[in-house]
Amino acid sequence: MTDSTAEMVRADNVHKSFGSLEVLKGIDLVVKPGEVCCVLGPSGSGKSTFLRCINHLEKINAGRILVDGDLVGYRERGGKLHELGEKDVAKQRRSIGMVFQRFNLFPHMTVLDNVMEAPCRVKRESKAEVRERATALLERVGLSSKIGNYPGQLSGGQQQRVAIARALAMRPKLMLFDEPTSALDPELVGEVLDTMKDLAAEGMTMIVVTHEIGFAREVGDSLIFMDGGVVVEQGAPREVIANPQHERTRAFLSKVL
Amino acid sequence: MSEQSTTERARPEAIKAVPVRHPLRWVSIAVIAVLFAMFVHLLLTNDNFRWSYIFVSYEEGKRGVMFTGPVLEGLRGTLLLTVTSMAIGIGLGTVLAVMRLSPNRILSSVAFVYTWFFRAVPRLILAILFGNLNILWSRIGFGLPFDEQIGKLFGIDDFNGQFYSIRAVDLLAGFVAGMLALGLSEAAYMAEIVRAGLQSVDTGQSEAAVALGMSRFQVLRRIVLPQAMRVIVPPTGNETIAMVKDTSLVAFVPVAGELWFQLNNISARTFVVFPVLVAAVIWYLIICTVLMIGQYFIERHYGRGYGASARAKQRLRNIEVEQGGKITTGEAS
Repeated sequence: MTDSTAEMVRADNVHKSFGSLEVLKGIDLVVKPGEVCCVLGPSGSGKSTFLRCINHLEKINAGRILVDGDLVGYRERGGKLHELGEKDVAKQRRSIGMVFQRFNLFPHMTVLDNVMEAPCRVKRESKAEVRERATALLERVGLSSKIGNYPGQLSGGQQQRVAIARALAMRPKLMLFDEPTSALDPELVGEVLDTMKDLAAEGMTMIVVTHEIGFAREVGDSLIFMDGGVVVEQGAPREVIANPQHERTRAFLSKVL
Repeated sequence: MSEQSTTERARPEAIKAVPVRHPLRWVSIAVIAVLFAMFVHLLLTNDNFRWSYIFVSYEEGKRGVMFTGPVLEGLRGTLLLTVTSMAIGIGLGTVLAVMRLSPNRILSSVAFVYTWFFRAVPRLILAILFGNLNILWSRIGFGLPFDEQIGKLFGIDDFNGQFYSIRAVDLLAGFVAGMLALGLSEAAYMAEIVRAGLQSVDTGQSEAAVALGMSRFQVLRRIVLPQAMRVIVPPTGNETIAMVKDTSLVAFVPVAGELWFQLNNISARTFVVFPVLVAAVIWYLIICTVLMIGQYFIERHYGRGYGASARAKQRLRNIEVEQGGKITTGEAS
């Protein structure tokens, strides 16, 4: 914990099983502030599960995860781990934004209300202030004309950009992206990736589970390749993609590239 | 393939075809028209309806049976009973549904047993049972449980741990008994309806809300329930309409201030049967019509963001924006 300030995320030997199925078999990862870490791997390799462990949507069975120096989901007291209550977990999640593959916007609220909901209800900030910030965020993702629309009236790419704005409205210090472009039509992928690129350029710490090799190469600061619940290979994206060391990585990349 | 489509190409004439004939439609319209005419004729010409008895006056110096004092009182009672028992049913039903879906095994089994019991027992028997519950206790109140037994344990014979109590006959008779019987029974059905609604909402919704740091209660109140309402409202409308009619069961509690009891009373006194039944039918029709209109608006409210009507409204709004009008959002007005 000495230099924890220089680490936004630290995962030590993380294990996770669903019943008898072990999905994560000892994941280690360090993400520094401002870093964009891309996670690649075939489906079923555990990359989404790992991402969900970082904001405690899934409980890990062994190992530990620290976000900005704080243990996720637990408190250490006298050498013993105590599970955090619902309130404390919620508090930890406030500073971790998450974007889902299927957007998960709230369909019964307008775009603006979607973005304003959490800051108003969770942080109890003043409505006028949040409205201003939400409007600015929506403008930043290029959707200021859709403020009064319902999510069902937007295209997939627009919905995903609203979802990004919704996560940013909580002013997170870390953003998790769970295959943000996988549910999109090919021609809509670009607009979402552009938004994410801007975000990376502004210095946001991001962990991105993705199949977009181009994005990983261009924007990523680090890349990990997962398969079968372990990290097979990691390093600088350009090197790993151009010159994969492991047979498994080579086979995967040859199929996606 | 060599042919190129250009914008200069003339648009062909709109299709003018002879439409398919539907002779059976015309036959059915004719049949229905005749039947309808026969029905109207029956209403207007058959003296046994005794419309003046229903609408104008049923006895010397009295209004028609629909509008006479006791019947209007009964109507008020029926409406009040419907509203209160549905309020109990919806409130308790929602709590039971949340309990049933709770990871806490004890809470979920309590909810299950409740639903099992109150769905099994017929409402008529429940109404009579609640009307007679005061046989079990002489007084009902709040206080320490098992106060007499605890008192005896310490050698005090008349220890009274009650803070407040009233005579059971005063509380558990008439209206309150009827309201409880109907409300508690309704809660069992509403629990199932609400549960179906909650389960119909995609788990991604609560996941997204939780990831934003919302508490379980906030997720339920702000995200899941409003979406579940789309599924909950139509069957709840059904239940409400059924409840309007089931209130007539409380005559067996007995409760006198109820629509059908009052009408039946007049029928028994004046030996006029059919017009009184017709009057009852008309009142129930009116109540249910009002309820259906209410349901329409509630459904429209919870349909926000779904379906064609919302889209049509949005199109109008967009036109307004494009023309330089102001952007209206839910809270802006």
